[in-house]
Formats: sequence, structure tokens, C-alpha cells
Amino acid sequence: MADAAETKPLSFQDMILTLHNYWSARGCAILQPYDMRVGAGTFHPATTLRSLGPEPWNVAYVQPSRRPTDGRYGENPNRLQHYYQYQVILKPSPADLQEQYLGSLAAIGIDPLLHDIRFVEDDWESPTLGAWGLGWEVWCDGMEVTQFTYFQQMGGFDCKPVAGELTYGLERLAMYIQNVDNVYDLRFSDAVGDVAAVSYGDVFLENERQFSKWNFEVADTDSLFAGFKAAEAECNRAIEAGVPLAAYDQAIEASHLFNLLQARGVISVQERANYMARVRDLAKGSCKAWIDSQSERWTEKYPGWTL
Amino acid sequence: MTDFLLELRSEEIPARMQAGARAELEKLFRAQMSAAGIEAGELTIWSTPRRLTLIARDLPEATAAVSEELKGPRSSAPPQALEGFLRKTGLTQDQLEDRDGVYFAVIDKPGRATADVLAEAIPAIVRAFAWPKSMRWGKESASSESLRWVRPLSGIVAIFGEDLIQCKVSGISAGFATRGHRFHCPGEITIGSASDYAEKLRACHVIVDHEERQAIIRDGAAKAAADAGLSLVEDEGLVIENAGLTEWPVPLLGRFDEAFLEVPPEVIQLTARVNQKYFVVNGAGGKLANGFVCTANIDAKDGGAEIVAGNRKVLAARLSDARFFWEQDQKKTLEQHAEKLKNITFHEKLGTVADKVERVAKLARWLVEEGIVAPANAGAAGGSAPTTTAPASAGATAELADQAELAARLAKADLVTEMVGEFPELQGLMGGYYARAEGLPDAVADAIRDHYKPVGQGDDVPTAPVTVAVALADKLDTLFGFFREDMFPTGSKDPFALRRAGISSLRLILQNGLKLSTDAAATQWLGQSDPTARLSEKQIADRKILTTIPDFLTERLAVQLRETGVPADVVQASREWNSRDDTRLDRTETRARDLQAFLATEDGTNLLAGYKRAANILKQAGEVSGNGAATPPTDADAALLAALDTAEPAASTAVAEERFTDAMAALASLRAPIDAFFDGVMVNDADEAVRAYRLGLLARFTGAVHGVADFSKIEG
Repeated sequence: MADAAETKPLSFQDMILTLHNYWSARGCAILQPYDMRVGAGTFHPATTLRSLGPEPWNVAYVQPSRRPTDGRYGENPNRLQHYYQYQVILKPSPADLQEQYLGSLAAIGIDPLLHDIRFVEDDWESPTLGAWGLGWEVWCDGMEVTQFTYFQQMGGFDCKPVAGELTYGLERLAMYIQNVDNVYDLRFSDAVGDVAAVSYGDVFLENERQFSKWNFEVADTDSLFAGFKAAEAECNRAIEAGVPLAAYDQAIEASHLFNLLQARGVISVQERANYMARVRDLAKGSCKAWIDSQSERWTEKYPGWTL
Repeated sequence: MTDFLLELRSEEIPARMQAGARAELEKLFRAQMSAAGIEAGELTIWSTPRRLTLIARDLPEATAAVSEELKGPRSSAPPQALEGFLRKTGLTQDQLEDRDGVYFAVIDKPGRATADVLAEAIPAIVRAFAWPKSMRWGKESASSESLRWVRPLSGIVAIFGEDLIQCKVSGISAGFATRGHRFHCPGEITIGSASDYAEKLRACHVIVDHEERQAIIRDGAAKAAADAGLSLVEDEGLVIENAGLTEWPVPLLGRFDEAFLEVPPEVIQLTARVNQKYFVVNGAGGKLANGFVCTANIDAKDGGAEIVAGNRKVLAARLSDARFFWEQDQKKTLEQHAEKLKNITFHEKLGTVADKVERVAKLARWLVEEGIVAPANAGAAGGSAPTTTAPASAGATAELADQAELAARLAKADLVTEMVGEFPELQGLMGGYYARAEGLPDAVADAIRDHYKPVGQGDDVPTAPVTVAVALADKLDTLFGFFREDMFPTGSKDPFALRRAGISSLRLILQNGLKLSTDAAATQWLGQSDPTARLSEKQIADRKILTTIPDFLTERLAVQLRETGVPADVVQASREWNSRDDTRLDRTETRARDLQAFLATEDGTNLLAGYKRAANILKQAGEVSGNGAATPPTDADAALLAALDTAEPAASTAVAEERFTDAMAALASLRAPIDAFFDGVMVNDADEAVRAYRLGLLARFTGAVHGVADFSKIEG
């Protein structure tokens, strides 16, 4: 054990690779990030749409996540408008999900007899996805490192069966493992030979500065409003046309444009609820259309399954 | 007699639900046992984050045998009736008893093995268990009917004596095996019986008794603080919550950067408690120190050094946020913050919070200008004796009015600050801090801080004049507004907490002795204080609050007085003033209390008796016709007349000056003459003139009494 403490902690990218290997060995398909701007890994259709229906589904992926209002121009050591989530979906939720999860923490170097790991009540709800679940935030020495949720509903539909969702906050975990206080000081990669190590700041500090400025000050609100309307219309067209995957893309787009409008401070408190309801309708409509497009196949393959 | 052990193991149960779950387990178990005819005696119920445990001592091995007798058809009845009875009872004809031509079936129900009862009871308990929120999980959740539990149920131990109770719920079979501490003892452990359960778990780093864990945290946290020369700020809620988050609690002391102490102590405590579930500590002199106590769930290999270091970092990040809010908020004045209140709806029918603030500011100023809320040192000013109440100087009143209006205008500004956005429970308190920081007078800062008071029954009632004016104006505005819109509290529904606003207003008025006519305040609030102004129909309709508000508050007062031993009839007797309902709550209260005290004296009791007798005679006499005699017919008449001539003006002067004890003392002087009058004369004299004279005297007597309190409302 004495050696373990002296081992150099994983770099940011090695931590991701370790998680990939860990979940791959447990039967997960390792997917790539979805190629759209989203606020969290949950928005990836591999979670939202695939958590519906009876088919088993085990995947893991990294999802870059954008929260425009959290930008701090690169000046806050903890807050970013763009960061990474590591997302694992296991459907149906296995009986040993907690143990599998704790195994993944051990794999990236967290010793549970040295660090205090706790499951603290935290019910998850996404008003824009019409989704909720019960679970915990997982604490490591008082810091929230993972959101652990048993999905109960998605898009307003019961999850049958229930999927277990693990969402790791990668920057926080890496800061913990590497014992750094500033996210930009994270070792992103290690030095190899005469190739120098890269820090998180090397990769992202300038992005945070520019995107914070754009999110808060520059983005043209007229075109954002227009974009929201266009996405909303296109989503509904795609639903009508029976292509729910394409419709869902537009729901994601509308959701992100709404987040940008909020960052620009042009949505009043009263309007906010209205916009959220509109995004929720798009997400729900896409989920419904997805179910409609699949349910014949589902009931054939899983006799007795009902919505 | 045999002991029974039941353990329901689960993934982490939210701490806040564990006490309720223990009660639910007890309730369901007792119901199951009693339905089976088993008297369950003392039960031990424990909880940890991962298990609910029940131990029932000394259960019988079997339920008692019962013999049941069923009356059947007459032996002469048609054969179909007999066949039906046999089918129903499952007996043959020769097993029936024929008693005087009627068949009887005697069915002996043997006692059931308790083990069998338990095997049925356990699944029933699990299925019936009510959680505040429950969920489905696993492959069974493909069906809507799958078991719901607070989090996935992972195992059941059910042992009666030393025997396993065989049962199964949703794919989980009861067994002897459970698990110890998640990290210290992750493997399975086998339980033998109820008697070795707790000790076996203890050996596996699980303290199953929640009260024992609470004691460890309570004492351990205090000791950790004391060892560092600090004292723990006790917090029983945190003790219970941490006991609900741990199976092996280990309190650990950590320190944070002293520089954070510039943030108000309440903010630090709340940040530590709400977000991190840490205790805070005081240093010498009882001031908050830069320490915290967290409760770990492991005996860490390094004694907890890494855990403390990690928690310190998390707290530091939280406190930096708090300090950021603290500094950010102070970049604007409260007046600037208050601008944003225009964007917050108070209630759709009552406008924005800014509108409310405007109304409160006006009402607060009016309370002072009317002399209802007076400067604190009025009367004691200029070195005069504190007992004489000199009127406040005009200057002092003007200053108080300005401060009350200013405080009212700023009192809600902190609602839009970052800090209160983060910690809503700090409303008021933060406003007070920010007011002081920007150099506003202490009286204004205190009023901003305390204007929500008194919050509950136990809460202090403000006495500082600025605070009283703002606190009362704020609550009255809420009452006036909702009552104007006909949104009254009904039954158990009181979504705007109007009863609380009523009680708080009442306490402010009574404890500060405020001579507030609630209808006058309502008139002022409605903007109708100019009696010559023409009112619109809507304005006239709004005037309903001139009666609904005093009624509502007087009802609250009656309830409060009843709770302190003043009966309802005494309050009723004290409600009239100048032939109308009294709208001054302080006066109603004083009068009721004085009356209650007077009625407890011998004079009071006798006077009441005399009053009732006089009232009866007057009632029976009906309309009195004819003129009374010009002079008192007898000495007894003359004595009562003389007494009335003295007592009547004395009582009415005292009442006008609201000296009710004096007024009642004046009435007491009538007791002897009225008694002598009834003893010495006959009211219904044969001589009409004498009779009319005496009825006139009695009418004056009851009138004099009435002027003090309506004795006709008093029972007994």
C-alpha cells in the first residue's frame, strides 16, 4: 500500500482511458461524444432516447458539456462554461451497480479506506427533458464527484426497465486525484521523452476567456431567438415526418440556444418558465416519436412489454 | 418464547427518512402480528443508512388454538341447504352436531406456527411500506408492478430463534447473510440469531443502533473540538443527520483559513451545515473560530489526515463562494439592490415586491406620525422621572418616522442579493449586515434585520421602535392586501401564512402596548383617510377590510387569551367600545384581563349577581310607563341614588381614560348599596310612580356597569 501512495496520479487523459477500459471490461460499448452542443451527458441520445424501451443498453462515453452561465473568463479555479462529463448507462440497472461504480473509483486511484466515500441523497430532475430519478450525489471527502441516478422517467415516460446512470465530473475528480486547487493546473497529459506534458490550461484557458466573452457579451441575441424558433419548428417537422432522431437533435439545439439567451440575460423570470416548457415539449415529443417508431419492434422482441 | 430478527438491507436510505422508516416498520409489524392474534411486546428498531432492523422479543411459538362454532340449517330443512353448509364448512354430515333440530359445525382452528405467520408477514410489510418517495430498479422494473422501495432493496435477514424464516419478495430471498461496513468489511457475514446480531455487525464496523451512533457523534465532535481548545456549537439536527449517513462515525476536526472569518458567522455556519453537514466551533469568548468538525464513515488508515485535508478544500471553495457573494453584494447599496424588487411579483393581485415595499414604508411612517409607535426614550427624556410619560419631542418623532420609512424601503432589498439567493434563510439578517456596512444607523440596520420577527410562538417580539414600526407595517400590509382580495385562510389552508401574520401582528401590538385602531390603519392603508373625498364603488367595496381585519385579529386575540386562562365570555364582554366593536386590540386585551381579575374578587362576583338580578327585573318589567317619583321613596333608594351619583361619573371617566381597574373599583362601590337595595325595597311596588322610580334606578345601575363591560355576555 505504501507504494500506491507514491505512484504518480493519473493524468486527465489517462483517467479517461482508465474509465474506458474499466467499463469496457464490464460490457459497455464505449461511444464517442455526441457532435452537438449540450448541457450535460444526459442529453446525448444514447442516454435520453436509449433509456426508453425494453432493450438492454450498456454504454459509456465522455460528453463535453456547455453551461454558458457558468463561464468565468478563465478566472475562477473551479468554474467553466465548457467541461467534461463521463457518462455510464446500464440498462437494466444491475444489482451490483454501486459496487461496480466503487470499483471504478479504485481503478482511478481512490482508496476507500483512506478517503471517505459517501452516498448522499440527491434526487435528480431535468425539467427540460421531462425526466427524473432517485439516487445520490457521491461524496469523496465531502466533495461531490458523481451523480448516481436510477432513472424513473424520461420525456414523461416510465423507464421500463430502469437504467442506472453514473455521471462523473471529470475535472473535479482529476483535481482531487492530482491534488491541484486550480482546474487549469491539471496535468492533461504526461511528458513522454522530450515531448512536454500539457496542462488543462494549455488546452482550454483561452477557450474559456473567448467563450465567456461571447456567451455573456457578444452573441447576437436576435439570431439566437431566431435560431430557437427555427429549431423548434424543425423539431416539430421532423416529428411529423417520423424521424425522431433528427427531431431530437433540434430539441437539443433549442435547449442550448435557450441557455445562451439566459447567459445574455435577455430572458425574464416570467419568460424563463415559458421557454423551458417549450424545450420540454420538444424533448417529450421527440421521445414519444422515438417510442412510436420502435414500439412495434420492442413488443415483438419483448412479449408482454408495455409502455 | 422466542426472539425474532428482521433486517431489511437497502442501498443508502436518505438520512432524513430514517426516523419515519423506523416508525413505519414498527407500525406495520404490529399490525401484522395483531391480525394473526400475536401480542408483540417490546420491539427494538434500529436504522443505519443501509439497513432497517427490527427485533421482537419473546414471541410465542404458535398462535393460540381457536374453536369456532357455526350455526347451520335446521335438520328438517331441504337437502340443498345442508349441502351448501357442508360445502362452506368443508365437513361431512356426520361431523355436524344436531342440537334440538339445528345443525352446528364446530371447527377447531389449531394455532399457527409463528414462523408461518412471519413468513407471510415479511413480504406483506415490505410491499405495504410507505416511503416519502420510492422507486423501481433492476430487470424486474420492466414491469410496472415491480416492487417499489426507497432505493434498491438488497437483502433480507429473517431469523426466528435460530431458524430461518423462508420468504421471498421480488426475487430477494430471506437468509442468514448480511453485509458489514461497505469498505471495512465488504464480504458477507452470517447472523445466528437476534442475540448475536448487533455484536456481529459491530465486529464488522457497523454500529446498528442509531442512538449509539448519535452519541458517538455528539460526544466525539465535542471532544475533537475541546482537544483543540475550542468548543463545539451544538446542533442536534446535524448529529441525527450524520448518524443517518454513517455506519461507523468518526468525527474529525479540521481548520479553515482564518481570513474567511470576515464573512458573517451565520453565513459560515450555514455554509458548513447545509452544504457539507459540518459542525462549527467557537473559540475563546464564544466567537466563531476557524474550525469545523466533519463526520467520516471510516477509520482511515492515516487517522483521517487525507479526509480532513479534502474536506477543508471543499469548505474553502464553499467559503470562497460565500465571500464572493458577501463582497459582490456590497458593491451596490441596498437602495440599488431594491431597484430589482420591481421585477419580483409579490402576488399577481398585489403587485411586485417593490409595490409592497412602498405601501409598507407609508404605513410605517404613519404608525410613527400618529404616535402609535413612539420614540423609545419618550417620557424618560430630559432627566424626568421614568414613570411620567411626557410626549415625545417633535424632533424625535420626525427622526423616528424618517428611520422607519427608510428601514421599510430597504428591508426587502436583500432578497435580490446573491447571498440570500444562495441561502434564503438569511433574509433580513444579511440586509442588516449590509445596512451596517454601508453606514446606516444601527436602529435602521436592526429594523431591517429583525422586521420578519416574531416568526414563531417562541420567537422574541421586537421592542425597538423602528423595528416595531416596520415589522408591524409589513405584516399588516400582507393581511390588508389578501383580505382586500378575499383570500382568507380557510380550515387547514393558509397558503400565505395569514394566521401567522395575524398572530405576529397581535404580539407586536400587545407586547409593545400599541394603541392602534386597526380600522384606522386599514383606512390609511386604503388611502381613504380623507373623509371628504368621494369614493369609487371599488373603493367602497374595499372598505370591508375595516371590519374583516378587526374581526380576524380579535378572534386571534380571543384564542390567545383563552390559552392564558381568560374565558371567551369575558373577552366578549370586553369587545364593545362606544357602541361599536372595539378595534383596539390592546384595549380589548387590558379590559378582558382586568375584568377577569375583577370577577375573581368577592365584589366582582356579587356585583355580577346584582347586575343579573337587575337585568332580569328590567327585562320582565318591559316598557316602563309613567313618570317616576320625583324624590327617593325610601332611604335605601336614596342610598343607591347617592352611590350611583358618585360611581357613575367615576367609572365613566376611568373608562374614557382606559383605567379599567379604577373603573371596576368604582363599580365595586355599588355592591353594598345594590345589595341593601334589593334587601330593603320591593321594586315592583304597588305605587306605579315608586315602581317606575326604582326601575329607573336599576336602569342607571345596569347602564353604569355596562359602560365598563358588557356584563350581559358573562355566563354564570
